[in-house]
Amino acid sequence: MQLTLGPVLYNWQPDDWRDFHFRIADEAEVDTVVLGETVCSKRAPFFAEHLPAVAERLSAAGKRVLLGSAILISLPRERRQAAELAESGAFMVEANDLTCLRYLQGKPHAVGPFVNVYNEATAAWLAERGARRLSLPPELPMASIRTIAGTLPAVTVEVFAFGRVPLAISARCYHARLHGLAKDNCRFVCENDPDGLPVRTLDGDGFLAVNGVQTLSHTCADLLGEAVALAGAGVAALRLSPQRCDMVAVARVFRDVLDGRCDAAEGHRALARLYPDVPFANGFVHGTAGAGMVA
Amino acid sequence: MQPAGSVVPQVPAPIAAALRPLPLLLLRPPLAMLAVRIRDRHPELFERLGPHAAKRFGLDPTDLPFAFVLEPRPAAPSVTPVRQLPRDLDVRIAGPLGALLGMVDGAFDGDALFFSRSLQVEGDMEALLALRNAVDDACIDLRRIALSPLGPAADPLDRAFRRVRAAAGRVAAHRTESRSWN
Amino acid sequence: MELICPAGTPAALKAAVAAGADAVYCGFRDETNARNFPGLNFSRDELRAGIEHAHRGGVRVLVAVNTFPRAGAIEVWHRAVDDAVAAGADALILADLGLLAYAANRHPGQRLHVSVQAAAANPDAIGFYVEAFGVRRVVLPRVLSVPEIAAIVREIDCETEVFVFGGLCVMAEGRCSLSSYATGQSPNMQGVCSPAGHVRYEERDGRMLSRLGRFTINAFGPGEAAGYPTLCKGRFATDLGTGYLFEDPVSLDAASLLPALRDAGVTALKIEGRQRSRAYTERVVGGFRDALAALAAGREIDTAALADLTEGQATTAGAYRKTWR
Repeated sequence: MQLTLGPVLYNWQPDDWRDFHFRIADEAEVDTVVLGETVCSKRAPFFAEHLPAVAERLSAAGKRVLLGSAILISLPRERRQAAELAESGAFMVEANDLTCLRYLQGKPHAVGPFVNVYNEATAAWLAERGARRLSLPPELPMASIRTIAGTLPAVTVEVFAFGRVPLAISARCYHARLHGLAKDNCRFVCENDPDGLPVRTLDGDGFLAVNGVQTLSHTCADLLGEAVALAGAGVAALRLSPQRCDMVAVARVFRDVLDGRCDAAEGHRALARLYPDVPFANGFVHGTAGAGMVA
Repeated sequence: MQPAGSVVPQVPAPIAAALRPLPLLLLRPPLAMLAVRIRDRHPELFERLGPHAAKRFGLDPTDLPFAFVLEPRPAAPSVTPVRQLPRDLDVRIAGPLGALLGMVDGAFDGDALFFSRSLQVEGDMEALLALRNAVDDACIDLRRIALSPLGPAADPLDRAFRRVRAAAGRVAAHRTESRSWN
Repeated sequence: MELICPAGTPAALKAAVAAGADAVYCGFRDETNARNFPGLNFSRDELRAGIEHAHRGGVRVLVAVNTFPRAGAIEVWHRAVDDAVAAGADALILADLGLLAYAANRHPGQRLHVSVQAAAANPDAIGFYVEAFGVRRVVLPRVLSVPEIAAIVREIDCETEVFVFGGLCVMAEGRCSLSSYATGQSPNMQGVCSPAGHVRYEERDGRMLSRLGRFTINAFGPGEAAGYPTLCKGRFATDLGTGYLFEDPVSLDAASLLPALRDAGVTALKIEGRQRSRAYTERVVGGFRDALAALAAGREIDTAALADLTEGQATTAGAYRKTWR
């Protein structure tokens, strides 16, 4: 079982973003790292200057680099960026929207968790057009994962295993809306919440996290307990989505559990120390409410 | 702000008061007949209800001094009048009689009545939706089913029904401004 | 412009036909379509009879098979496609790539539309569907402004259909797992958003609480207008304040934008609401039939006629009139 570090979904300071990935390159036991601004095209220019150095350092450290495309593409500028990304050719592209797939047809590419792959026929259709990796939608239950992975042994099937789960994308920016700002003049207020802006219910229960145009779960996915079963189902990679915690240590915990150096319960306790105050959840993979934790 | 649902016709208070001493036993035979006649004319309604035909629905016309328990069993459907709804119901629907009848009649949209707070609902929402959708599809002509056996004695009731139908549509809106989208 | 109208039941289909629909859209009574609600939708026999009825009135029927087939049970969705074609559907509304491929291969002559659930939001994504499956029409996501729609129409080789009235998803459709996060059931998989089986209304301190799964998603004061118990229209708390974080309970009403949508080159106008009653269908279809007649005659369009049917008793022109672009 491989480990993939997903793209940073939040608006981190460019230097933090660079240093985070440098450390991942030097220390983290992950096989693949996805780079690129996938949530908001307005943020992309800030990372652009660091991207070549980060990609190079990761590659030099033996990690496979994927470039993630934007999740929601509507502006002409965003379309151009998607087309350029698909044609750049330096690294494999992870398509998060069909916009990009139009340009990737026939080229080896990855399909990200934001493309709707719910069944083996769709997975096979994409594989025929060049998809080598499929990171499945986080809401898929185990039975679907098993069927898809079992049908496509030649494709690297990946499951979202750690991090707040991306649940929705919108044309509307909730960070801007909450701050009473227009989206076009948002002043990048999302940078104040590098781990997402907490959203509670009226009863005060933690519920969601807002990240600009994206809405994520309040809970943090933890599929350590399912890792062995997922491997048995033919899943070839687990995705760890960066949160504001020691992701190098998080990757080590997953590696330890996968390699039998510690059991899932022990790993779970380690994760709780590394990322405290956020409840863990695994409901989606069990076909129940995603916010829940099935023991 | 107008009170919600003020356009849904209300049973006038004096009439409601006059109905208070009415022995519910008197209502039982016509309601039993009504339930059976609806069943005979609209078998598709029960197919649409599916498993929810086994549920117990409380219908509470808030402008009348009594309520009804509906048990839409295909074999033995019943509508039972009660002074007060029992606690062990699957669903409770409360609102002016005009709103409840208007939904059956196709004059009112149930969601709009809910949005305007003319209708209060509690309990098993799946069962409620199934009943609402099944009744809406059945296009039950309550007037004909209920009144035809009564002959000319039904005239005052008939007029009441027509008033509901004539009010068709305009559930009072609180505010109707258009919102900008940002 | 064509008027495309919702039919959750055969009675609503008849009401839509009588009220002046150009086409009606509906689905089977199961998880193959995105309005899989209790007591709603069509059996195979009802669809056949409904299509016959509509065709007699010169009205077309579009059948939505627009959820994403469950892995290992794809044949259920294949059967829905085959049966809709056999029943004489004028078009199929599909979202899943694999299912589009199946329909295009198995029924080469059949007209295919891309569902809003496919979230095809720009000319490249739409072009992808046209090139891969020969789709004839795309239902545009409700995230676009009128100028963006006009730009898309100029650039693509298929017809466009846009929503003009009814429920409004504020998230990109077909890409939202909020419902399954709270309940385990989602629009994409089970064809339900915030499913009724997980909804509870409770009275607390004179307020009506709506609860979804184990979460409180709203509280309405006495007489305050309410909305559907959908997560994106709930009230939530943040450090910056409490209220409608994502969207107010509000319905889309683009009646005032009909001239702009016509000028943008839109082919068809769609009314949301297969879960609504035949009373809703009758009034909304009638209202938009009148609006289109007014548009054709150059008369003023009555934009307030349907407000009482709307969620939260309030309307918005949605993204069509974005203030931030």
